[in-house]
Amino acid sequence: MATFSRKVKDAMDLKISSGKATTEERDAVDSLLGPAPETSQGAERDAVGLRVSHGGESLRELRHLLLPILHAVNDRVGFISRGAINYISQRLDVAPAEIYGVATFYALFDTNERPARQVHVCVDLACRAMAGCTEENLPEGSVASPCLGTCERAPAVLLIEAGVSPRFEVLAPATRNDIVELVGGKSAGIEQPVNAGAPQTPDSSLVLLTRVGIADPLSIDDYIKHNGFTALRRAFEIGPEKVINEVTASGLVGRGGAAFPTGRKWAAVASQPVKTRYLICNADESEPGTFKDRVMLEGDPFALVESMTIAAFATGCQHGYIYLRGEYPRAMRHLENALSIARKKNYLGDNILNSGFNFEITMFKGAGAYICGEETAIFNSIEGFRGEPRNKPPFPVEVGLFGKPTVVNNVETLLNVLPIIQSTGEKYASWGSTGSKGKKLFCVSGAVKTPGVYEVTFGATLRQLIELAGGLKTGSSIQAILLGGAAGGFVGPEDLDLELTIEAARAAGTTLGSGVIMVLDQTVDMVDQLQRIAAFFRDESCGQCVPCRVGTVRQQEALARLVKSSGTASASVDLQLLRDLGQVMRDASICGLGQTAHNAIDSALTRLKVFSA
Amino acid sequence: MSTQVTSGLQVRKSVELTIDGKKITAPEGSTLLDACRASGKDIPTLCYGDTITPKNACRVCMVELEGSRTLVPSCSRKVEPGMVVNTDNDRTRLSRKLVLELLGSSVDLSLTKNVARWNESYGAEPMRFGSPSFHHSDRDEAVTGHHHAPDGKTAESVHQPVKIDNSLYIRDYSKCILCYQCVDACGEQWQNTFAITTAGRGFDARISTEFAVDLTDSACVYCGNCIQVCPTGALMFTTEYEMREAGTWHEEEQTQTDTICPYCGVGCALTLHVQDNTIVKVSSPSDHSVTHGNLCIKGRFGFQHVQNNKID
Repeated sequence: MATFSRKVKDAMDLKISSGKATTEERDAVDSLLGPAPETSQGAERDAVGLRVSHGGESLRELRHLLLPILHAVNDRVGFISRGAINYISQRLDVAPAEIYGVATFYALFDTNERPARQVHVCVDLACRAMAGCTEENLPEGSVASPCLGTCERAPAVLLIEAGVSPRFEVLAPATRNDIVELVGGKSAGIEQPVNAGAPQTPDSSLVLLTRVGIADPLSIDDYIKHNGFTALRRAFEIGPEKVINEVTASGLVGRGGAAFPTGRKWAAVASQPVKTRYLICNADESEPGTFKDRVMLEGDPFALVESMTIAAFATGCQHGYIYLRGEYPRAMRHLENALSIARKKNYLGDNILNSGFNFEITMFKGAGAYICGEETAIFNSIEGFRGEPRNKPPFPVEVGLFGKPTVVNNVETLLNVLPIIQSTGEKYASWGSTGSKGKKLFCVSGAVKTPGVYEVTFGATLRQLIELAGGLKTGSSIQAILLGGAAGGFVGPEDLDLELTIEAARAAGTTLGSGVIMVLDQTVDMVDQLQRIAAFFRDESCGQCVPCRVGTVRQQEALARLVKSSGTASASVDLQLLRDLGQVMRDASICGLGQTAHNAIDSALTRLKVFSA
Repeated sequence: MSTQVTSGLQVRKSVELTIDGKKITAPEGSTLLDACRASGKDIPTLCYGDTITPKNACRVCMVELEGSRTLVPSCSRKVEPGMVVNTDNDRTRLSRKLVLELLGSSVDLSLTKNVARWNESYGAEPMRFGSPSFHHSDRDEAVTGHHHAPDGKTAESVHQPVKIDNSLYIRDYSKCILCYQCVDACGEQWQNTFAITTAGRGFDARISTEFAVDLTDSACVYCGNCIQVCPTGALMFTTEYEMREAGTWHEEEQTQTDTICPYCGVGCALTLHVQDNTIVKVSSPSDHSVTHGNLCIKGRFGFQHVQNNKID
């Protein structure tokens, strides 16, 4: 319980170890907090400075600024030094050790000095399969990265250069030479247009992708011209209860992977006695193979602002957060632009469109941690703690962010609210199958002619999705298809007629997860893919619980042995070991990461028979 | 629901639930672990300590709750009316066996109470993952999100050199199961000193000061409350460590004497651990109303004067 019912602390004597922040580091921190007001908070000594000290509890209430401050320092100087941590410690009245614990939790930060220019090369499933990017063959000076969410243009590279005007650029697809030049100081150049990731666009008859490639994502006027804010106006007309009723009637379920009924989640928060409530849009899209949220946020950012405002209105939330993964610079720019314009035009803020409803949205940037997409880890991350999941119950709808009732919805889930409110829940529910209603985005990548995000009505088959993506690449034949990402499962070429609905996937012993369809052809080394999945979960485990922290390592070791022993008698020992590990990770891990860390490997062993005893 | 009077005016409701097929009642607000133990079930625990809010990180106390997709941690799940709980079936036994194996293969549990007994009773064989890897002296420098790919020949472990940076206590993180109790005792739950934290992530997660500086450079105030809650012997009085190294630590010969700390007027209870008429360690009863097991540097470590015999 300690994680959310924090006791009021008495004044704490900070002990700061040696190390003084540089001017640059102080500037970075001050850019969020303003200059230090007194000596106890790190200002220069003066006559009275050592005799007064204000702050204490009121300073510690700023702890949710810790991650943004760490970002500011990292963006300015490229790493987080002792001096910087000491200064942050004084400004927030948080012990240096705690800040160190938070800073070392995130892969985009480093507490050791490193070059200002960091070139992150994706070595995850799609980039590996399509371009052979691995940890071992990276060009000198670049660093390996988990999935950068740009699988449709594999291989992807993210450039982060710290400085007064830090640079965040994505280059995809990147050649080896491109990477070498990026390391050498070259710019990534202009990224492809936002709708390049959605090959069906422009097509205004699409429901979720309706504006992508049509309306300028930076212009609110263009958004309004293309049906923008009509759902919000209707929501204000019909009132919060009716909005929840429509969403419930629509049969909409969460698109992040867990498929929880959205209407039920909203109703649960709306009925809480506590009136301070939060809405979080989970845009920490980090599931390998997933890039739908990125395409939507880059291509139609105002739609998220509108749908979040509707969600907040329905559930009585006063404040919303968009938790965006740190590897999506263009989505960040587009969202920040959308938020700032929406504020100016009164689509956010006090008394939105004279409705009497007040709502504000804060952008929150992740720093390289897949686990922070877990719905309770996201709370700890925003609150300035290590992004470790919390134990449930209590559930977020009762005790969430800052201990208050909280709605956490995925980007795609929220975007589906617009068509529901624009028409009716009933109309929306007429799309799809018995158990899966509405429209769904799939991230098709791998050996297809036109990889990208595709919008379909629930019920399309795997074969149809692959055909939609232009069919297989010339010369490719299907070896396996990964559904739902690293936490999902593999199916084989014999499963092409699988209907892509939640119920059909479940019946077939697989999952749609976050909508990943990664087509792996005969050239792909499946053993290498499995080892990468195991390495991914090992890297991304938060380390809190034993089954996941040690289980993911043992799983990886068992795979390493199987590479050599497959086909021999000793393989059966390791296959049994993997089954045992899988069961205990599923049964005894705290959160969904550990619980699903064996899924894809299990499917590869049972369905594809990658190893034999 | 029936009610029972616990003390004075406080009335605590009782909750009825079923454990291993037997209907029992437990006070509202108590945990499944309390209820199981009250009905005589032997549920192993590692990260659970009686003075710290359980982190439920070790996952060795998992029980099956009907209707729940996964097993649930008995140490922190509260009782609810009508719960049907199974504490000892194939599923819970496999889970406990694996958790014991995962810890046993990566951490030195030689000083953790009851582990040998549990290993036997659950058939845990930590060595089935291979022999543990050798000492890593670079665990403090682990880069988050990166690791060296294993070859499968050894089982990755947290074995590392003992940290000896002050004269009062040592930190042997080869024995650390990451129960978080020391962090919680140092931080918000007891001491509010925040000298230590969990740093890094995943298998590289570790208890650390900022930048892994020595304790002498950290905020540590040497209250030793972390030693008090450490369940595995990872944190240890230097006196105990040196005697163990010399082979002269004989717990079975030690006596424990409760007394009151002589230093100030708070009245903390001390338990003096004495071997050969010498104080070798000081603890405090965790159920004592003044200390709850906590002391300050004087009570914990300031006992040498008792033994400074006058030399004629």
